[in-house]
Amino acid sequence: MKRFLAVLCLSLCAVPVMADEVPEFTLIIKDHVFVPAELTIPAGVKVKLIVDNQDATPEEFESHELDREKIIPGNSQAKIFVGPLDAGVYPFFGEFHAATAQGKLMVK
Amino acid sequence: MLATAVIVFREILEAALIIGIVGAATQGVAKRTLWIVLGVLAGCVGAVIVAGLAEVIVGLADGMGQELFNALVLLAAVGMLAWHNIWMASHSRELVVQMKQVGSAVKEGGEPMFALALVVALAVLREGSEIVLFLHGQTAQGVDLPTMLSGGSVGLLAGLAIGVAMYLGLLRIPTKHLFTVTGWMILLLAAGMASQAANFLVQADMLPAWGKLWDVSSALSNRSMLGSLLHTLVGYDASPMGIQMAVYVSTILLIGVAMKVVKTADQNKLR
Repeated sequence: MKRFLAVLCLSLCAVPVMADEVPEFTLIIKDHVFVPAELTIPAGVKVKLIVDNQDATPEEFESHELDREKIIPGNSQAKIFVGPLDAGVYPFFGEFHAATAQGKLMVK
Repeated sequence: MLATAVIVFREILEAALIIGIVGAATQGVAKRTLWIVLGVLAGCVGAVIVAGLAEVIVGLADGMGQELFNALVLLAAVGMLAWHNIWMASHSRELVVQMKQVGSAVKEGGEPMFALALVVALAVLREGSEIVLFLHGQTAQGVDLPTMLSGGSVGLLAGLAIGVAMYLGLLRIPTKHLFTVTGWMILLLAAGMASQAANFLVQADMLPAWGKLWDVSSALSNRSMLGSLLHTLVGYDASPMGIQMAVYVSTILLIGVAMKVVKTADQNKLR
């Protein structure tokens, strides 16, 4: 039990350290369009996407290829962790405004 | 209008399929229609509340409240589905005997419907809250009400039609085998939901991904109609992570073993 607790403490302490190493990338949603529409991220590492919805309306960030979905209320930001990914192109879209909100993650 | 219809359809589909399966799995259970309707209504009320609290939920748990909330809702449903299957493991035989004697209208001794009504409510809540947020955003953008309502109704009806087709299709299965089939479907549904919950926790960085196992997107993508149907029904994912597979298999094993134990105990009791 003691050893279990020690391991638990260690793993809890380790989390913030690991979180610092995750590279961050920002996507902006404005007028139902992603800026940039093509975002390049590194392959083989976990990445934190910050999606900044500057519209007043909610948007749902969705990607079948990344297997991600998250609702972002109007005028707010959301964090989404993706990867580690293989090199390639991973499309994403805003489900609530799919006609204009289209983008791609270029993983290199 | 079409865009609204498509979104409402996609969101409603999962809930409609689940209701169809629950309907078939509860053949012969007293007052089941009432329970299912109550589940849907509770889900609708919950959906509006969750949509209203969306901004609060997103902000919880250091910005990962939505993932945590979705994972908890999914895991609660997994628990209820497991409970149903374990209950059925010791009661399905008598249920089949009763149904054969008195047709499908069993008056007494049916399954407590609370668990499956909750599964229905949670499915409606999860998908419904997204529809409410979407439609609310549409009105804020000045999309007129008739356009929204007509699109919403078309999507709703199309989704319900698939749920009804699932229900009627399952009812064509002979009574003797019906609960075996619905039992397997519910087992896979539960495993798929557990794997989806794991995916949300990976998205929130609360669970490790354990790598990507394979990618068969070119053969059957998550985006395709069949892919998304299978995603709901059996937890299909074209490029699953190791953790998803681990959770999927563990869920099947845990529920399967519990069903076996209960069934064996029940048979020993009869002897």
